[in-house]
Amino acid sequence: MKHQPTNMNVYVTGVATTKFGELWDVSPRQLARQAVQAAMKDAGVHPEHIKGLFVGNMLSGMLGGQEHLGAFFSEELELFVPASKIEGACASGGLAVHAAFNSIRSGQYDTVVVLGIEKMTDHRPEDVATALMGAGSEEERAAGATFPGLYAMLARAHMRAFGTTEEDMAAVAVKNHFHAGKNQNAQFQKEITIEQVMHSSRIADPLKLLDCSPISDGAAAVVLTSQKSKIKNQKFVEVAASAVATDTLGLAQRKSLTELSATKRAGEQAYTMAGVRPKDIHVAEVHDCFTIAEILALEDLQFAKKGKAAEAIRNGEVTLGRAKHIVINPSGGLKGCGHPVGATGVKQIAEITEQLRGTAGNRQVARARIGLAHNVGGSGATAVVHILKM
Amino acid sequence: MVGIVSYGTYIPVYRISIAEIAGVWKKEPAEIRHSLGLTQKSVPGIDEDAATIAFEAAFRALECSQCKPQDIEVLFVGSESHPYAVNPTATIVGQFLGIGTAYMAADVEFACKAGTAAIQAIAGMVAAGHAQSGLAIGADTAQSKPHGVLEYASAAAGAAFIIGNDHLVARLKAETSFSSDTPDFWRRDGIRYPSHAGRFTGEPAYFTHVLGAARRMLDMADMKPGDFDYCVFHMPNGKFPRIVAKRLGFSEQQLALSLVVDHIGNPYSASSMLGLAAVLDHAKPNQRIFMVSYGSGAGSDACIWETTAELQKVQNKRRTAQYFVRQQIEKNVNIDYVQYLKQTHQI
Repeated sequence: MKHQPTNMNVYVTGVATTKFGELWDVSPRQLARQAVQAAMKDAGVHPEHIKGLFVGNMLSGMLGGQEHLGAFFSEELELFVPASKIEGACASGGLAVHAAFNSIRSGQYDTVVVLGIEKMTDHRPEDVATALMGAGSEEERAAGATFPGLYAMLARAHMRAFGTTEEDMAAVAVKNHFHAGKNQNAQFQKEITIEQVMHSSRIADPLKLLDCSPISDGAAAVVLTSQKSKIKNQKFVEVAASAVATDTLGLAQRKSLTELSATKRAGEQAYTMAGVRPKDIHVAEVHDCFTIAEILALEDLQFAKKGKAAEAIRNGEVTLGRAKHIVINPSGGLKGCGHPVGATGVKQIAEITEQLRGTAGNRQVARARIGLAHNVGGSGATAVVHILKM
Repeated sequence: MVGIVSYGTYIPVYRISIAEIAGVWKKEPAEIRHSLGLTQKSVPGIDEDAATIAFEAAFRALECSQCKPQDIEVLFVGSESHPYAVNPTATIVGQFLGIGTAYMAADVEFACKAGTAAIQAIAGMVAAGHAQSGLAIGADTAQSKPHGVLEYASAAAGAAFIIGNDHLVARLKAETSFSSDTPDFWRRDGIRYPSHAGRFTGEPAYFTHVLGAARRMLDMADMKPGDFDYCVFHMPNGKFPRIVAKRLGFSEQQLALSLVVDHIGNPYSASSMLGLAAVLDHAKPNQRIFMVSYGSGAGSDACIWETTAELQKVQNKRRTAQYFVRQQIEKNVNIDYVQYLKQTHQI
């Protein structure tokens, strides 16, 4: 048996994201084909180059009745390679990238495709909400909690501890809609105001409709490889770190509600692995499933001191065109770009890759050389952090 | 030429405001009013159902015409709230109208466009010489689950049109339909409340079918929006008909008279027919009306009507009897949410 060298460097060589939104006339098969074919074309690779397929998805079983997703998409894509579904709630996409990263780093495969995909809007909202609560704890489900309610508790705790206001949280949504307006694949390509957020329907006090990311359809794909010399493509971005941390499923067992411990730990591991500091990061895609989640992410990833992220966001310090050090969620984030849960973590890698290549068009972050992607499952039970370098 | 011989309308007197419903569920009334474009809806009395409402509308249509009940050879009732799953509403209505037994009766179901499907079917029978006149009725006591979004719009009313070929108040100049298997809203037999596919009810459903039928109708007739005095569209809420009229190029003035939704909500099968009646109440002879219904599931029927001098006779009778749609809208009694639940048999 031939022994492969270990600890290979891993590169992103092809990326693609489909339109995110209410894609009622597009099937999961079509979405997958669209994303993967475009990513492979971008990478300049052919089916014979692909040694593995990793599918990030959360809800295909509960909503679509379709499990065995690896083979399902392997067939559709006519790859017929080792293929599996990676599930970690809303962090499924990030976890799939992590699994793919490890498969290359171990020397098992040299070139693989990661597909993140979710089809949510064909189903009744109450069914989707029930399915999403599969990411929570039994106690939370028994109590009738849903994720807006759980994140509302996190928001209340943050407000109480640091004086964070509803307007502060609204500023996250305003920024991310502003960024989404520059992204043709985003679900919501229009700007909103603090007043519109404040006057939108209350979903779970203090969170209002426009504090919440939407239910979406969409797919994203990335091609990862260790074969920098064999693939005729100049667009290589190195995956310098891939780190995962987990925590309790339920909020009640957490030591603190003003931070996501899993994010902190995954972030610290990733910074160590990549040999970079938080202040070295130029652009980040963070998991803003609710506006409070972006505030928590900025603090837990050390982009802002504890209790100071809201002020930074409100002052435009992480907004495209105004930021001095780092831009947060140039794609529009989950709030503006949409949140097809299994696709989100892969889309984040695609976005950061585009930013580091300098091909992000009118949402390009100037001189971006190091980027970070942060994907969360549930209310923080899983956190995945990737650091990419040009 | 086939057309409308007479028409009758019935709107239950009871109203509940959107603010009252929103208040019960701790929703912001202004936000609901803005998002749905509604202020209040009609509610059936405790002893009213689709059959009694259909009867009231049909009785008034006959009362304002020169027809005798025995002249009616076809009677179709379109509704999605027929009181019986098996046992026709049409024969109950026919019996109480005193039509006799020499008539064809059937219930029609196609969500909110069953009534206009009845108009088209009877018009076809009259044009083919199988009947001299028939009654097409759209009547509903629309169901909606408490705390569901449909609760703000689902209303009760009926409209009846006598379709014939003599003494016409409006000629049917052309008609067409646009249908597809698009399940945006449904209710299985034995299930109390309808289900719907949320925002899917908009673009792929209402707008695709209404615009599809409308554009086909305009092409077939070689006419444009400016050739019409009025337009009427199905009114599931206050926003959709305004948006679709604008997209097609109709003006606010052309649409204004038909917008009964602003005052009574969406009485499903009666919605576009009531809008047509509201226009006929005020139209002058030789005016053209463009009408498109919509039924979930999904389909739209488009008709072009042209009024005649005979219309004034029916208008005079309706005005005197206080049957104008506007007069019925203005005659109302406001009720609270508990009374609403009682009258709709939910408690």
